Amino acid sequence: MPFLTEAIVIVFLLGLGFLVGGFRERAHFKSLDRREAEYDDIGIANLKTVNDPQSVEYAGLVVADCVIATDYFKGFASAFRNILGGEMRSYQTLMERARREAVLRLLERARQMGANELWNLRLETSNIMSGVQQRSPAVAVEVTASATAVKRRT
Amino acid sequence: MILVNTETIPGMQILEVKGLVQGNTIRAKHFGRDIAAGFKNLVGGELKGYTELLTEARREAIERMIAQAQQLEANAIVNVRFTTSAVTQGAAELYAYGTAVVAQ
Repeated sequence: MPFLTEAIVIVFLLGLGFLVGGFRERAHFKSLDRREAEYDDIGIANLKTVNDPQSVEYAGLVVADCVIATDYFKGFASAFRNILGGEMRSYQTLMERARREAVLRLLERARQMGANELWNLRLETSNIMSGVQQRSPAVAVEVTASATAVKRRT
Repeated sequence: MILVNTETIPGMQILEVKGLVQGNTIRAKHFGRDIAAGFKNLVGGELKGYTELLTEARREAIERMIAQAQQLEANAIVNVRFTTSAVTQGAAELYAYGTAVVAQ
């Protein structure tokens, strides 16, 4: 009997991850698209030197973090993928969400400073929770974005 | 104190390089946050508690770096970089470093 209850719990968690996690992910992508459109006017480059330095009024560092976890279902599915090999789509969307969210937060901070350009954008990733440690297949990643926000003299 | 992650400060001139400055901090996760994160692991999504923790810790590392730069009598730090590493399970190290300069 303990095996059966465990199986029921796992099936329940898989269903929860699949339904709620999938819904939340779609909602997040929609919100990312919407917010990215709002910051259309801020240009981003990963170049080290700023163009036309004479017209710069102010330059300052902006940093933003984002930690995102996968749901139970995706973690489970990718455990199978790990055996078969091939592209791990569930982790790909996880990374994309984390990166876009971190860059969006940079843009928010740049807007607060009144800046209209971001130079030398850097993205750094580290996983803070791997499935092995937590005894669950879920994985969480951390993305740190940093850039130099520049405000031009008008 | 002016902080940039570019090699030069746009619109300013670097007069003197004072040297490398750095700041680090190691933070452990909060127990309550761990429980919330465990739940989030089931449905996915952002772990807000951890994001806040990292942002806070990063600010601390930056402040320590700035304190070093002030000791060197610099007024700006250029080429600022960040790294994060997991020291032990459940603890993260945040490290910020850059070059302290006098700019005008």
